[in-house]
Amino acid sequence: MTSTAQPPPLVDALPTAEAEPPEQGGSRRRGGLTGYLLLLPATLWLLLFFVVPFYSLVATSLFDPSGSDFRGYEMTWEFGNYVDAVRDYWQPLLRSLWYGGLATLFCLVLGYVLAYAIAFKAGRWKNLLLVLVVAPFFTSFLVRTLSWKLILADDGFVVETLQFLHLLGDDGRLLATPVAVVAGLTYNFLPFMVLPLYASLEKIDPRLIEASGDLYANPFVGFFKVTWPLSLPGVVSGTLLTFIPAAGDFINAQLLGSPNQRMVGGVVQSLFTDANDYPAAGALSVIMMGGILMMVLVYVRRAGTEDLL
Amino acid sequence: MSQVAEQSPGGGAVPAAGEETAYDGLRLRQVTKRFGGFTAVETLDLDVPRGSFFALLGPSGCGKTTTLRMVAGLETPTSGAIELAGHDITYAKPYRRPVNTVFQNYALFPHLDIFENVAFGLRRRKRKDVADAVHRMLELVELESQAKKKPAQLSGGQQQRVALARALINEPEVLLLDEPLGALDLKLRRAMQIEIKRIQVEVGLTFVHVTHDQEEAMTMADTVAVMNAGVIEQMGAPAELYENPRSTFVANFLGQSNLIEGRVLRRDADVVSVDMQGITVSVPAARAHTDGDRGWVGIRPEKVLIGEPGEELDAPGNTIPGGVISDVSFVGVSTQYLVRMPWGQELQVFSQNTGRHRIFRHGEPVELSWRPEYAFLLDISQDAHAGAEEGEE
Amino acid sequence: MSRPAGTTGRWVREHLVLLLGLLVLVYTFVPIAVVVLMSFNDPDSRLIYRFDGFTIDNWLNPCAEPSMCDAVVRSVEIGLLATVLATLLGTLAAFAMVRHRFVGRSTANLLVFLPMAAPEIVLGASLLALFVASGLGGQLGFWTILVAHVMFCLSFVIVAVRARLAGLDDTLEQAAMDLYATPAQTFWRVTFPLVFPGILGAALLAFSLSFDDFIITNLNAGNTTTFPMYVWGVAQRGVPMQVNVVGTVMLVLSIAIVLAGELRARRRAGR
Repeated sequence: MTSTAQPPPLVDALPTAEAEPPEQGGSRRRGGLTGYLLLLPATLWLLLFFVVPFYSLVATSLFDPSGSDFRGYEMTWEFGNYVDAVRDYWQPLLRSLWYGGLATLFCLVLGYVLAYAIAFKAGRWKNLLLVLVVAPFFTSFLVRTLSWKLILADDGFVVETLQFLHLLGDDGRLLATPVAVVAGLTYNFLPFMVLPLYASLEKIDPRLIEASGDLYANPFVGFFKVTWPLSLPGVVSGTLLTFIPAAGDFINAQLLGSPNQRMVGGVVQSLFTDANDYPAAGALSVIMMGGILMMVLVYVRRAGTEDLL
Repeated sequence: MSQVAEQSPGGGAVPAAGEETAYDGLRLRQVTKRFGGFTAVETLDLDVPRGSFFALLGPSGCGKTTTLRMVAGLETPTSGAIELAGHDITYAKPYRRPVNTVFQNYALFPHLDIFENVAFGLRRRKRKDVADAVHRMLELVELESQAKKKPAQLSGGQQQRVALARALINEPEVLLLDEPLGALDLKLRRAMQIEIKRIQVEVGLTFVHVTHDQEEAMTMADTVAVMNAGVIEQMGAPAELYENPRSTFVANFLGQSNLIEGRVLRRDADVVSVDMQGITVSVPAARAHTDGDRGWVGIRPEKVLIGEPGEELDAPGNTIPGGVISDVSFVGVSTQYLVRMPWGQELQVFSQNTGRHRIFRHGEPVELSWRPEYAFLLDISQDAHAGAEEGEE
Repeated sequence: MSRPAGTTGRWVREHLVLLLGLLVLVYTFVPIAVVVLMSFNDPDSRLIYRFDGFTIDNWLNPCAEPSMCDAVVRSVEIGLLATVLATLLGTLAAFAMVRHRFVGRSTANLLVFLPMAAPEIVLGASLLALFVASGLGGQLGFWTILVAHVMFCLSFVIVAVRARLAGLDDTLEQAAMDLYATPAQTFWRVTFPLVFPGILGAALLAFSLSFDDFIITNLNAGNTTTFPMYVWGVAQRGVPMQVNVVGTVMLVLSIAIVLAGELRARRRAGR
C-alpha cells in the first residue's frame, strides 16, 4: 500500500538532501568490539604514562617537603608547598608569562605576514615555501639555538652593527639579556604559528578579499573587516600552539640568557635534577599546568572557537 | 489519491500476494528505510523488468538514492525484501550481489591507473583474461589510449566514462547509476546521455538511473518512476507521465502545469464535465484522477492556445475570455506569456513562434482555449504547488 | 634594465607582502646557514664558538668525538623504536576514532589533545614523579626514555592519521565493495594505500619529535645520553663542530624526504 497524499511535514522541514546520501558519519561508523580493541593500546599507553603520571605529580606536590629522594616522601597534604612555590618563584613564573607572551606576539606578527604571503601571493611556489617554513624545524632545536648564541655573540656581526648605529652602547650586549631570550623563543616557535595561520588563511576565497577591496576601498579596513576575522581560528590555535611551549621552554633562557632570565621550566628542571626538591618541583609544575589550562579555556571561550585541531 | 504504484499500467503491476512466479528482473517489495525517526523510503513496491532502462526521478531528499543504495547493498532496508532474478538479496553483502554502481562523484581509485580501476572487479573475482576484457571495455567507452593514466589526469567526462566502464565490465544483472552526470556541464551532459543510452542498448543490461533532472530521465529511460517523500508518485513511460500526470506533484515536477480549481458537474462514460470558474470544460474520463466533486483542472502551458478576443481558435473546446497579458518572455522558439484571468489566477501559455500569430504585448486582452483531450483532472486535496519549486532547473 | 621610478614603486607596493614574507623566511634560515657554515669550521679553540677557518675534517671524521656518535646512535635507536610503536598504536587508534562507534568519544578526544597542549616540562616532570613513586627512580634510562617518547608522539600520530582518514572519500570503499572486494580486500587494496601517505608523514613527524626532544628526555634519562642531551652538556664546556655536521645531515635528509614526497605526489597527479 502506498498512500501518498501529502509529503509528511518532516520532509518539508528538511528541504536539503537530508537522507541522501544518508548522514555518512552516523550510519557508517561501525559498532561492536573492534573499535574498543583498536583504541585500547593507545588509550592504555596514554592513561599509564600521561594521566597516571599527572596524578602522581599532583600527589608529589603535596608530599612533606622535608623528605628526600633517599629517605622517601610522606603524603601529608602539604598545600603549603604551593604557597612556598609561588613565594619563592613568582619571578620566574611571571617572567615565563611575559617572555612567552612577547614571543607569541612577535610570532603572530611575523607568522601572519609569512602565512599571508604564502597563502595569497606565492602562486605556484606555495608548496616549496611551506617546505621551507618547516625545514628549519628538522635541524636539532639545540643546535639551532647554539647558532643564535654565535649570531648574537658580543663580537658578532649583529652586536657590532647595533653598536655602530648607536642602538646599543659600546659595552652593550645582546646575549644574556631578555632580548636574546625572546628572539630565540620567537625564532624557535615560529612554525607553530605559521602552519595553523596558513591553514585558515588558505581557506579564504581570494575573491572575498577582492570584494572587500571593492566595498571598503581602503585595504587596511578591508583587512580588518574581512581577512582578519576569517583567519581567527588560525590565530587562536597558532597563539596557543606557540605560547604553551614558549612559556614552558627553558633552553633559550639557559643558552641565550643569564640566571636573571631564568624561566619557570628551568626552575622545575633544576629542582628535580639538581636540588632533588620533588614536592616544590611538583607544585610548580601543577601551577604551570593549571595556569595554562585556565588560559586555554578562557581564550578559547572568548575567541569562540571549538575546533582547535 | 492513493495506490499509484499499483495502478500504474506502464511499469508492471505488483502481483497479488501468494503469487510466487520467478521474476527475472529487479523487484522491491514493501521496502521501508528509516534513519532514526526519519523515513527515507516508505513501503516501496517496484518492478524493474530485465533489460530495461529505468529512471528514479525526484527532488533531493525524496529517497531515490537511498533506494538505489539498498539495491547496491550499501544500506539495509528496515523492512521489506529486494529480489533480483528470483533470488532474495535483501541482506546480501554488496560484494556478493551481481549489482554494480556508477557513483555520483565516480569514486575512481586515485592510486590506481585507469586500467587497474576498470580491472578491479574482475580481479576480485579472479577472472581470466582480464587484460582482454579491460581493453575491450575501454574501447567501448573510447578511452583505450588513457589506460596508463591516473584518474586525476582525466577530464570530468572521461572520468565518468571510466566509472561506467568499471561497473559495466562486470556484466552485472543490474547497473545502478547515481546522478552520474550531475558533475558535468550542460553540453557534456547531453552528449553523455546519448552515449549511455547507446551503451545500454548495446550491452542490453538492466540500468537503474537515479536523477533529479526530469529532462535527463525522460531522454534516457524507457520507464520513469517519479519519487517524492519516500514513495513513488507515478510510474510509466516518459510521454505517458508527461501527458497524463496523476498528481499535482508529477504535473509540476515534470515540466510545468496550469492547475485551475473547478467543480465536477457530470461524469459520463468517457468524459467528465467540470465547471471551471463559470466555464464548462470537459476532461477525458481516463485523465480524471479524482472521485471528489471538486478538482484541479490541469493543462500544460504549450497546449493552451492564445488569441485576440473573438478570434476563432483551432480548438473544439470552450473559449475562456477575459484574459490580460501580464508578462511576455520571448525565448526564440516560443513566446512565454503570463495571462491574468478574470478570477485572479495567472496562467502560463507557451506559444510556438510559427509566424501564424503576432506576438502579444503586455496589457493586451486575449482569449484562451485548449483541446479537451489534453486536459487532466487532479485531486483537490493536493497542494497545487507541490513539486513546482524542485522541478525548476 | 632600470625601471622608471613610478613603476618600481608600484611593483614594490604590489609585492610588499611577499617581500616581507620572504624576509621572515630568511630570518628563519639565518641560524640554519650558521649551522651549515660551522660544520666546515676549523676552530682555534673549543671554548670560543666562532668561524676561524674552512675545513672538511668535521665531515671526514664525524666520530672524532666518540661520545657524540654514541649519543646520536642512541637517539636514532630510540627514535626508530618510538616511531614504530607510536605509529602502530596511533594508527589503530585513529582508525577506531574515525571508523568506529564507542562510548566516551569526547573523553578520548581530550586524552589525545591534552598531551599536545601540556608544556613538555610538565609531561617530563609527571613521568619522573611516577617513575620515582613506583620505585623505578634508579632504573631511568633507555626504556623510560622510550616510554616517554611513545607517549608524546602518540597524540601527533593520531591527529595526523585521523586527518588523513577523515579526508578519505568513503565512497571509494563503497565502490570497492560494490566491485566484489571483501572487507579485507577493500582495506588492503583501497583504504590502506590511500591512508599510507598520512601514516608515513605521521611516522616522520614522530621520528623528528623523538630525535629532537630534550626537556622530557633529560628528566627521565638517568645516565643515558641522547644527542640533544649531549649538545646541552657540551654547550657549557665547548662544542665540537661535528654537532653541526649532525644538524646539517638532519636538515638535508628531511628536506630530501619532503621533496621526494612532493615529487611523487606531483607525478601521481600528473601535473
